[in-house]
Amino acid sequence: MTMQGSALNPSDTVFVAEQNGSAHAEEHHDFRIFGLILFLAAESMIFLGLFSAYLAFRLMAPDWPPEGTPELEVLLPGINTIILISSSFVIHRADTAIKKNDVGGMQRWFAITAVMGAVFLAGQVYEYSNLEFGLTTNQFASTFYALTGFHGLHVFVGILLMLAVLWRSRQAQHYSSESHFGIEAAELYWHFVDVVWIVLFLLLYIL
Amino acid sequence: MTQVDVQETQSPPPAHGHDVERKWIDYFTFCTDHKVIGIQYLVTAFVFYIVGGIFATMMRTELATPDPDFVTPDVYNGLLTLHGTVMLFLWIVPAGAGLANYLIPLMIGARDMAFPRLNAIAFWMIPPSGILLLSSYFFEPPGAGWTSYPPLSLTLGQIGQGIWIMSILIGGTASILGAINFITTILKMRVPSMPIDKMPLFCWSMLATSFLILVSTPVLAGALILLAFDLLAGTNFFNPTGGGNPVVYQHMFWFYSHPAVYIFVLPLFGAISDVIPVHARKPIFGYKAIAYSSLAISFLGLIVWAHHMFTSGTPPWMRMFFMITTMVIAVPTGIKIFGWLATLWRGKIAYTSAMLFAMGFIATFLIGGISGVMLAAVPFDIHVHDTYFVVAHFHYVLFGGAVFGVFMAVYHWFPKMTGRMMNEFWGRVHFLLTFVGMNLTFMPMHELGMRGMNRRIALYDPQFTDLNQLATIGSYILAVSTIPFLINAVWCWAFGEKAPANPWRALTLEWQTTSPPMVENFEELPTLKTGPYDYGLGYIPVVDPPEFSREDPKQVPA
Repeated sequence: MTMQGSALNPSDTVFVAEQNGSAHAEEHHDFRIFGLILFLAAESMIFLGLFSAYLAFRLMAPDWPPEGTPELEVLLPGINTIILISSSFVIHRADTAIKKNDVGGMQRWFAITAVMGAVFLAGQVYEYSNLEFGLTTNQFASTFYALTGFHGLHVFVGILLMLAVLWRSRQAQHYSSESHFGIEAAELYWHFVDVVWIVLFLLLYIL
Repeated sequence: MTQVDVQETQSPPPAHGHDVERKWIDYFTFCTDHKVIGIQYLVTAFVFYIVGGIFATMMRTELATPDPDFVTPDVYNGLLTLHGTVMLFLWIVPAGAGLANYLIPLMIGARDMAFPRLNAIAFWMIPPSGILLLSSYFFEPPGAGWTSYPPLSLTLGQIGQGIWIMSILIGGTASILGAINFITTILKMRVPSMPIDKMPLFCWSMLATSFLILVSTPVLAGALILLAFDLLAGTNFFNPTGGGNPVVYQHMFWFYSHPAVYIFVLPLFGAISDVIPVHARKPIFGYKAIAYSSLAISFLGLIVWAHHMFTSGTPPWMRMFFMITTMVIAVPTGIKIFGWLATLWRGKIAYTSAMLFAMGFIATFLIGGISGVMLAAVPFDIHVHDTYFVVAHFHYVLFGGAVFGVFMAVYHWFPKMTGRMMNEFWGRVHFLLTFVGMNLTFMPMHELGMRGMNRRIALYDPQFTDLNQLATIGSYILAVSTIPFLINAVWCWAFGEKAPANPWRALTLEWQTTSPPMVENFEELPTLKTGPYDYGLGYIPVVDPPEFSREDPKQVPA
């Protein structure tokens, strides 16, 4: 998450060696997307670790879910899944827009994506409040809350990233067709959050 | 001819403000210069080395007699936990990161790391992590060892254990951010004339290390988050009394912590591959073999973790699998050792402090490697599991490998980092004391373990007293050995003989600039003229190229 600190700074769209003098104005390429991909690789390893833990608990438990666990409702999370997956397409429209220098279009699509993310989170809160088990009921319940909660945290961070982009785009010229790392980064992160959810949904609700 | 050919050699040094000397206060600020960050890492790490060493000395003092007469068993548990955690997460990892920060951009001809600000953020997470961990000593020190296995870690007190988890999570995040930076820098920022197979071996090993950090550290974070829930929120992921499964924690923990031993030692494998050719004046033997074996180690390192769990009810097929992979990992490690030995073979060896530590590294690491293969064998492992044999093994690997390696690297690169030479006489005294103390401390533990003395316990059977006292004497020698190093380093940093740009007549790029390097490292980005290890092939590196020496040019004939 500390990545954002560096990702969102306005002054570093292009790195230039900061010394004056012509000999040192060697620009170096922008590696931030590459760095973000490495960061997401690390993030996916946390999720992979948690998924493996879930599967291990499940395989080693005498019966799963433990006796007395109420069935999970699939309808609401199903709708949530559809919302989240479609939001990935919506956010991609923003990318297309900014590549045509259409800042207004980008803002519109980002706003819609952020709202879709918020609806997803609201749906999750609603689901939590209607579940008949709590965090400490049994091992299934604990892993359920840990996994969905940890993912929800990532959705929340994704929304914050989009809001940050919207905030910055108030300034005309901040984003252009050539320079829009923040937009790309937020989009990439959002796709990542989306893919994680698909695996999570299959593991927890379907499998 | 040197490896670099600086263009426009005759032109006067441009007035770029490059020569601003770093003031001591800069080292206490949020500075994005990789050289400052490298030294910040190294000095911070060394402070924690001393702290961890004090814990170790206290433990050995307690173990001088079979009874708990120096500290209580509870305090002893705290000491051993803090000793392990401090030494691994706050000494070796930051020391490796410090060397990498300092050396990678210089070695590949870059002006800084790929993400300088991220780099500084990563460093500044280390001091809070360390202070947090040490503060736990004043509440209720975590007492479950550096592994913090549940259920033990869930029953010994919440505050200390909670702080421990927090501290490791912060340190782990720093480590991941560092790895992102290293990979990007190494892959993307080499000077155009440096293909990846002309890159110094230290960069190869850091590439392998960073890959391991990136893949394994997050899994530990996942395990610790779940452990924190068990500890603080009353969930039952790992707590068997509530239906949890402690073995899953062990798998997740070792999925990080076995690769972690390669994270600790791979940077030093790289450093020694750079030191030996310079001080033996010979090309490295088997450049590609050493480079690729780093990658092989980092891959194999990911699939050996369950050899720590042969007594955890692991099913037989798993035991077989992990026994074989663990033995296989000795092959790439052996390749490296043979590479170093073949480099030394008939070299013009200069017995500098750096070279002495390099040889000590090979000798002691080899013993640790051999006992590692012994431990890989399931029947033997079950026999000595949780005994001092294991303690002896990993101290030979970590002290003999990593600590000797760090000292070697400091003696070798100190002139570059500070612009001053270290005192060779006191360097040799330091080596002698460290080598004798290290072997005296840990060699008897092999015997103790074979005879069944359990690790991590403050009391022991009186029949083990003699060997324990030997080890305690050894540990005092080790403690004393730090003093000549400390005085040498501090004194020479302030008053030492001024170092030329290239005191060891080395060919890698970091030696082709001033000592210490200017801000942004090079006047002009260098171009490669030779490979990094082309010693004895007719290239004679110029010491202190005139275009760099502004003051007091020490022209030593090459």
